[in-house]
Order: sequence, then C-alpha cells, then structure tokens
Amino acid sequence: MRVLVAKPGLDSHDRGAKVVARAYRDAGMEVVYTGLHQTPEEIVEAAIQEDVDVVALSILSGAHTTLVPRVAELLRAQGADDVLLLVGGIIPEDDIPAMLEAGAAGAFGPGSDLDEIVEFTRSNLRRRGA
Amino acid sequence: MDLVARLLAGDRRALARAITLTENEDPAAARLAAAVYPHTGKARTIGVTGPPGAGKSTIVDGLTHLYRREGRRVAVVAVDPTSPFSGGAILGDRIRMRRGAADPGVFIRSLATRGHLGGLSWHTGSVVRLLDAAGFDTILVETVGAGQAEVEIMRYAETTVVVMVPGLGDEVQAIKAGILEIADVLAVNKADREGADRLVRELEIMLRMDGSVGRGGPLARKEGPAAGSEPGADAAGPEPWVPPVVKTVATTDEGLPELLRAVEAHHEHLRATGGLERWRRRELAAEVRGLVRDLAGQAAHAWATADGAWEELLGRVQRREIDPRSASEGLVQEFLRHAGSGGPGARG
Ligand SMILES: Nc1nc2c(ncn2[C@@H]2O[C@H](COP(=O)(O)OP(=O)(O)OP(=O)(O)O)[C@@H](O)[C@H]2O)c(=O)[nH]1
Ligand SMILES: [Mg+2]
Repeated sequence: MRVLVAKPGLDSHDRGAKVVARAYRDAGMEVVYTGLHQTPEEIVEAAIQEDVDVVALSILSGAHTTLVPRVAELLRAQGADDVLLLVGGIIPEDDIPAMLEAGAAGAFGPGSDLDEIVEFTRSNLRRRGA
Repeated sequence: MDLVARLLAGDRRALARAITLTENEDPAAARLAAAVYPHTGKARTIGVTGPPGAGKSTIVDGLTHLYRREGRRVAVVAVDPTSPFSGGAILGDRIRMRRGAADPGVFIRSLATRGHLGGLSWHTGSVVRLLDAAGFDTILVETVGAGQAEVEIMRYAETTVVVMVPGLGDEVQAIKAGILEIADVLAVNKADREGADRLVRELEIMLRMDGSVGRGGPLARKEGPAAGSEPGADAAGPEPWVPPVVKTVATTDEGLPELLRAVEAHHEHLRATGGLERWRRRELAAEVRGLVRDLAGQAAHAWATADGAWEELLGRVQRREIDPRSASEGLVQEFLRHAGSGGPGARG
C-alpha cells in the first residue's frame, strides 16, 4: 500500500507529518513524503504520479476549510476519487463534519492515536488490490 | 481505451498505474512490458548515485530544470530503501524535487527497494522502459544513498554520475570501494564547503593514475567488444573517456550547467565511438541470458517435481550420496533429453 503524506499551506514545521509518515512506514506501508508548503495542485499531481492509495494531509494552520475541499475537488477532476483522502493536524471537533462533507474519509484532530489512524486507513481503503 | 494505449498516448494515470502493476509483479505486467517494448529505446538514461545526503535529489531537481529549458521531457525514478523490519519505506526524494512538481513535462516516481540490494528496485529496468514508451526522452535514476559503488546502476544508465562531497572523511576509502570504476562523470557537490578544491584535485589525480580507467571502468564496459565480436577487436579502441570532475552547489544551481554539459559530452562520446550500441547489446544479452536461465530453470524444476523426482534427488543430496552440482547436471541432462524427445511435457 502506498500513502502520500503531504503538507499543504504555510505551516512552518512538519514534525507531526513526519510522525505520521513513520507510523505508516512501521505498519509496512510505502510513504511518499513531499515536505512543506505544497499547493493542492502539486499534491494531487504527486498522488497521480506516485499512484498512491491514500493521501494524508497534515494541516496546522487552520486553512483546512479551504485546502481539503480543494484537494478533494482536484482528485475528482483527475478521476482519482478512489484515493482515500484523510486529514489530520489541528482540526477542531466542530469542523470534522465539514471535512467529511468535503470529501475526506477521515479527519483526525490533535491527540489522535497513531494506531487508530493506521487502522482506520487500512480498513477504509477504496482501491482494489491496494 | 486499454492501459497500454493510454500510456502510449501520454496519459499520466495510465503510466503511474502501469508502474504499480510492474512493481507488484501483477500477472498483467509481462503483457504490458511486451506491448510497450517496441516503443522504447529512445530515451537518454542518466544514473545519479553517491553517499546518503550527498545532494543527489537536489542535483536531479536542478538537471531536470535545465533539461526542461532545452525542451526535453524528463522522468525521474528515485529509489529509497525499504525497512527490513516493517517492509515499509519512507520515500523522501521528492522533498528536493520541487521545481518539476507542477510541470506536465516532468514525471517523478519514487520506488522502494523491497529487499533488492544494489541501490535500486527489482524492476528499475522495466519502469524505465514504461517511462520511455510514455514519451519521456530524458530519464534520471537516483539510487539509494550508499557509501560504496552501486554497480547495478550502470546496467540502466548510459551515463552514471557519481556525487561526492568534501569532508566525508575517507575519500580514499570511497575510491577503493569502486567509485571511480562506475563514474562516467563525477560531481563534487556542496562545493560551498571547505575541502571541495582539494577533493577535486585528489579525484583528478586518482583518475589519471588509476589503471582501471579505460580498462576496468566504464570504458571496458561500454567500449569493449560487443558480445559475439572478435576478441581483441577493440585493441586499438577509441579514445578513452576520462571522467570529468565537476564542482557543484546544487542548492544554488552553481555548476549544474557544467554538470549537464559533462553528461552530454559523455553521451556524445559514447555515440561517436559506437560505445552506446555495444553497451546496449551487452545489457540486452545479459538480460536475455538471465531470463533464459530463469525460464529454463523453472521448466526443469516443474518437470522434475511432477513425478517426485525432485524430492528423491534432494533426498540423495541430503544423504550425501551425490553433491548438489552433479545432481543438478544429471537433472538438466535428463530434462534436455526429454525436451528433445517430444517436449518437456512428455514425462507428466
Ligand atoms: N550546503 C549545501 N547543501 C546542499 C547542497 N546540495 C544539497 N544540499 C543539502 O543537503 C541535504 C541533502 O540533499 P539531498 O538532495 O536530499 O541528498 P540526497 O543525496 O538525495 O540524499 P538521500 O537520497 O537521502 O541519500 C539537503 O538538506 C540539501 O538542501 C550543496 O551544494 N550545498
Ligand atoms: Mg535523495
């Protein structure tokens, strides 16, 4: 299984994203990590080229309300809506329904358990043979 | 439209999926490889290897940018190691490959080694062919960072760039580990650091002294006789290629135009001396030989297991009644007799 861990927006550090990336690796997954300050376009293009099964966005800046719908929309436009879209970081409880509405399959706020994220990812895969 | 047609038409999703099928050894992969093969052989292939953190990805990003300015379509294959503990991997080379991130003339694919040794993935050659067939005319392959020479890259790269950095300490050690033999071009990166000039000088001296340059090195590989040609036919061989040493600061693009020119000069040299065709012939010979060995071995094994002869033979080997080599020779001879008298299926 291949996962893209991506950081859209202007966050100034990526400690959380790296922790998640390592958790996926330790669970036996191949994790493409692309670093800070990615645009939604770059993220979706990388997801296509890397043929990932999962796109996990890490967002601390509060911009999730615009970034998540944008990534979801671009994935759909590329015909890649079978890719599981997840979002984590500083996502207030109240915003989670909107994230799911926008096309994320899961949204994980601060203090989410890594094992839980990995398990959720595994059991919600959408793509055949992933 | 089927996957092959879409790939040949330049559909990036089809290409990405084809690479996945190939990596996963999907049953469809062999058919895919056969279908794209007639469309391959057009791309330039450049390998980039060197120690961990030397700046390989940053250099690849810079070269990609420069090749794009020349109107070339560039694909990158970036290999990172699979964790032997979990089977997972973190593929982080894209972090340094940002300039091509939104350019339709660039395609970057990260691969994990999945247990393959030698700094590459199992299917590097097949992936390069898919990219070639999809119309990328320049293909850069970044190996896993390794302290020693990753010889396997020479099988897929017409030109191998070895990246070194000053201050890693034991340059002589690296040189002993075979770096000079695999390099067609040497980049001394992080030249903004102390010791770059000294490293360049040392490398140049070693290159001039080293008897392996032009013999054991890339020259013997690419400029020696083609498979099947007269032994000694290259005795009065072409001008030897002495790998140039180029100083670079990949983070500021300094020296990268010179690096690109050195890579192109090597390619031109190979073309002019016929070395390119000889090298291609030799690599294909090795590939086909390997496949024949595998397929013949599988057929003999299948034939022998069909009626219990395999287990019986292994028992004799284990009881020390016969040694492994003699047992294998006997089995192959019997298999060939059967194959000759009505096909390998005759036994079952
Ligand atoms: N000072 C300096 N830093 C550089 C230079 N080139 C690359 N770096 C930095 O060196 C670090 C490693 O660069 P990469 O391009 O990721 O190196 P790599 O060889 O691809 O690394 P691996 O793939 O992990 O083996 C990064 O922080 C780069 O910014 C350079 O010329 N000078
Ligand atoms: Mg790298």
